[in-house]
Amino acid sequence: MSQNKTCVVIGASHGGVNFAFALRKEGWKGAIVLIDKDQTTPYHRPPLSKKYLELEDSIQNNLLKPLESYEKDNITLSLGKEVAKIDKENKTISLSDGTSQKYDVLVLATGARAFVPPISGINKAKNVFTLRNAKDVEGIRTAFHNSKQKNIVVIGGGYIGLETAASLKKLGANVTVLEREERILARVTTPYLSEFFANLHKANGVHIDVDKSVTEIQSDGNKNTVVCADGTTYPSDLVVVGVGIRVNQELASDIGLEINNGIVVNTATQTSEKDIYAIGDCTFHYNKIYDVHVRLESVQNAVDQAKVAAANICGKATVYDALPWFWSDQYDVKLQIVGLSQNFDSYVVRNEGAMKFSIWYFKNDRLLAVDAINNAKSYVMGTKFIKTEAKIDKEKLADAAVNIKDVLIN
Amino acid sequence: MAKITFITKDGEKVTVEGDSGNVMQLAVNNGVEGIDGDCGGVCSCATCHVFVAENDMDKVGEAGEIEADMLELEDNVSDFSRLCCQIEVSEAIDGIELTVAKED
Repeated sequence: MSQNKTCVVIGASHGGVNFAFALRKEGWKGAIVLIDKDQTTPYHRPPLSKKYLELEDSIQNNLLKPLESYEKDNITLSLGKEVAKIDKENKTISLSDGTSQKYDVLVLATGARAFVPPISGINKAKNVFTLRNAKDVEGIRTAFHNSKQKNIVVIGGGYIGLETAASLKKLGANVTVLEREERILARVTTPYLSEFFANLHKANGVHIDVDKSVTEIQSDGNKNTVVCADGTTYPSDLVVVGVGIRVNQELASDIGLEINNGIVVNTATQTSEKDIYAIGDCTFHYNKIYDVHVRLESVQNAVDQAKVAAANICGKATVYDALPWFWSDQYDVKLQIVGLSQNFDSYVVRNEGAMKFSIWYFKNDRLLAVDAINNAKSYVMGTKFIKTEAKIDKEKLADAAVNIKDVLIN
Repeated sequence: MAKITFITKDGEKVTVEGDSGNVMQLAVNNGVEGIDGDCGGVCSCATCHVFVAENDMDKVGEAGEIEADMLELEDNVSDFSRLCCQIEVSEAIDGIELTVAKED
């Protein structure tokens, strides 16, 4: 029985919050304590680089759950507190304010933090921001309003960098994106989609320079100059750094939990320690559909692992076997991704218009993933085809005149 | 100001009031069971599926293109289906009744 037990959750973002509510729903009768060092009532993260930045939206409009819901489900929110260490023998965590908390079951939903690359002068310069939490965005908004020239350099042409560039452009900034690789989104997508997004940003007036390795940020008061390895320089009032993340895995590694590109969990989201589970961005887990171990940074993975962890902790054996999905919104373009395209050996582009198309990734004729641009139908059908392991006629698929429902090989 | 009534899977009727934002936010902020809104209201997750009462369809209107396509992810989609993050709260929808579609 869980009556007198305590479940402690470290990290109150998509994973931790959804877990806490799911645990209550699964019938956990004991205490649930949700701890996060962020002082803000837990909020949705994806809008931070989009609506929250661009529309100066209130965080109150982006809460994962209203405060009353925590009270109603008797979930203790312990915000503004950092966990210093876990004592797994005594099942106790120590907080940096000197207090401690006992647990019966511990859930690590620690996520990740923005990576700050070792660029000379980056720590000294003013108005340099990463973008991971609400406070970061509030800092960017304030610095933006205080800047006269509105010259912004975004370091890193990944999803965060590009979404931020689009939002700041809409606010009237002069935006330059500096990408280290030969194309934007190099690590996450095909050259075809990289080119589409590069053109989209160009058409909207954002300047993208590739093959730019930033080596130094020189600062003079509030003005910064971003210097690249090839000698080019970019004046900027504000620098946004979006070059990836580092997993918050130290609490886990300190107590000897298995680590491999994140905290290793089994299909029940359990770590190598019986009473410690881990969910969300911080986990390295097995994906059954692709027969591969992955670490995913997504809302879907956080929410779905949260539900699996809650069920297992309440004694309902459940396996995590979700099909991954993602999205990104830039300007009026909606990108929806289903599946994992890694290791694809061919792809088909289905063009239904200049701003409406989809890319279908295959390996040995098996559909792995779909990137859909302004094309929810392809996203939805792709989801169904992957789930049913449907055989697809690639010629028909490439022909936009053929209805997407008629591309299967019978 | 609009009054909106949700009917949850238990048959419970919950009437809430709002004057701005979208219907999904209103439901989440009032703890309406079965409306998750995982994507935060950008029509990406299909976790805010509702059936609009037949008589209220004129007030609410039909799903847009992306929304209608996303609804096809749901097994129980009908002519009265909407993703309620795509319904703006305004006086125009005062008095509508929405049945939460989530089954589990």
